[in-house]
Amino acid sequence: MADPMRIRAQAAGDKTTVRVLMAHEMETGQRKDASGKPIPAWFIQEVTAQHNGKTVMTAQWGPAVAKNPFLQFNIKGGKAGDKIAVSWVDNRGEKRTDEATVS
Amino acid sequence: MHTRRDMLSHSAKVAAMLAAMGMLPALAQAQAGSWNAAAFEAKNIDELMKALGAAAPAQSPDVTVTGPDIAENGAVVPVGASTTLAGVKRMLLLVEKNPAVLSAMFDVTDAVEPNFSTRVKMGQSSNVYAVAMMNDGKMLFAQKEVKVTLGGCGG
Amino acid sequence: MKPSLIACALLSAAMAAPAQQKSAADGIAEYRKMLEDGNPAELYEAKGEGLWKQARGPKNASLEQCDLGKGPGKVKGAFVELPRYFADTQRVQDLESRLLSCMQTLQGFNADEIAKTPFGKGEQANIEALVAYVSAESRGMKMNLPQGHAEEKKMFELGKRAFFYRAGPYDFSCASCHSEEGKRIRMQDLPDLTKNPGDGIGYAAWPAYRVSSGQLWGMQRRLNDCFRQQRFPYPGYASDVTIALSAYMGVNAKGAESIAPALKR
Repeated sequence: MADPMRIRAQAAGDKTTVRVLMAHEMETGQRKDASGKPIPAWFIQEVTAQHNGKTVMTAQWGPAVAKNPFLQFNIKGGKAGDKIAVSWVDNRGEKRTDEATVS
Repeated sequence: MHTRRDMLSHSAKVAAMLAAMGMLPALAQAQAGSWNAAAFEAKNIDELMKALGAAAPAQSPDVTVTGPDIAENGAVVPVGASTTLAGVKRMLLLVEKNPAVLSAMFDVTDAVEPNFSTRVKMGQSSNVYAVAMMNDGKMLFAQKEVKVTLGGCGG
Repeated sequence: MKPSLIACALLSAAMAAPAQQKSAADGIAEYRKMLEDGNPAELYEAKGEGLWKQARGPKNASLEQCDLGKGPGKVKGAFVELPRYFADTQRVQDLESRLLSCMQTLQGFNADEIAKTPFGKGEQANIEALVAYVSAESRGMKMNLPQGHAEEKKMFELGKRAFFYRAGPYDFSCASCHSEEGKRIRMQDLPDLTKNPGDGIGYAAWPAYRVSSGQLWGMQRRLNDCFRQQRFPYPGYASDVTIALSAYMGVNAKGAESIAPALKR
């Protein structure tokens, strides 16, 4: 099972800023190991975010996104106590969902 | 009867299939439903627009790309794509000189601002583009040059 | 014979136009600032906290009774007082050496085997997470290594000797790169480690997430790589020479604010 994400969500004024750190190798598939064999591509392909259960953002990523990816976006509105959930699916079919409360 | 020729042709087919699987994340695409493999394999902006079924993008002062002037290490380059315009369908982040030009795409709903930041890998100094895909089909972009250095003792 | 590598770097530094140099340095500073928020080291911190509290190993025990110098289980503030002398092992130990002791004594792991495990793999990867967690619990606190015990003073002196010891095919010592103000290698500033180089610099900037390797480096790995760069043989993991060097740098850095775990290129 993949390591958990770190999600921080802060409401300020008319928006809620969500910052996420995901634990993932994001292997491009271009690298070779010590014996010269290509290391297979392994990267997050889809990211979705939900605000109080409603999907507010979906994203498609390629292997060029950096290892242990960082993501920041702003939800319109939102207030302290709201629930934010972020999910990802990678090219192996592995998934991870984590939640945070807006502060 | 299995002749040597049969076996060679069989292994050639298997090899081709494995090579294809290794090269094309597309075959693993099934896992993530709607992942646009063709877009993520496009080597330049023209190919990318074709894969997205979109027009060639036009420069716009209403689109902003953020990023450092110099990235100390190309493995992690903070970049952002945003626009002040309404009616945005998607925001894209492109790195011109990467083997595949598209890094990420973000679908915009009414619930979020068209403003996304992430970090990308850059193989070398290159232009970085933020592209706004509008609901009316227009494609608008902003670009910025990001230099990538190797630091220290190269280790 | 003066190491030609240093001479080259200094020469090119002197020849570069001052205006260009300033903007490159500013550019790098801006780049680092952009990465401050969202340091992947946080992922290691979270993992380390879990490992500290989780019952593991042949004895199925957690590390919550581990004494890092401020009493069993007290993690806050421990990092900025390491290395220090421990009565139970009768030696001066740094954080990684102390984690090995606790993992062996409390949890039943084999410390020698962990010491032989390559960085980033197996239990070494777990130590890296623990190092991130423990150092994070001292974030913002000032370096304050004790020098009250005779062994602590001895380790400082040993570290000083090791720091200035020239060897290897390039006749390098740590001092070759780290004993003067204003030195750099390409784009990396080289802090003067013979004194306090400032808050969040040098000893006060490790452990750190290194973006070039996408991994968290503890001080043991940092020193290991320094030895490699000097073309020295690799030091033993958590060996006396590495602890001595940490003692020397850490005592010199007294009063410097720790920013660990930090973010490095």
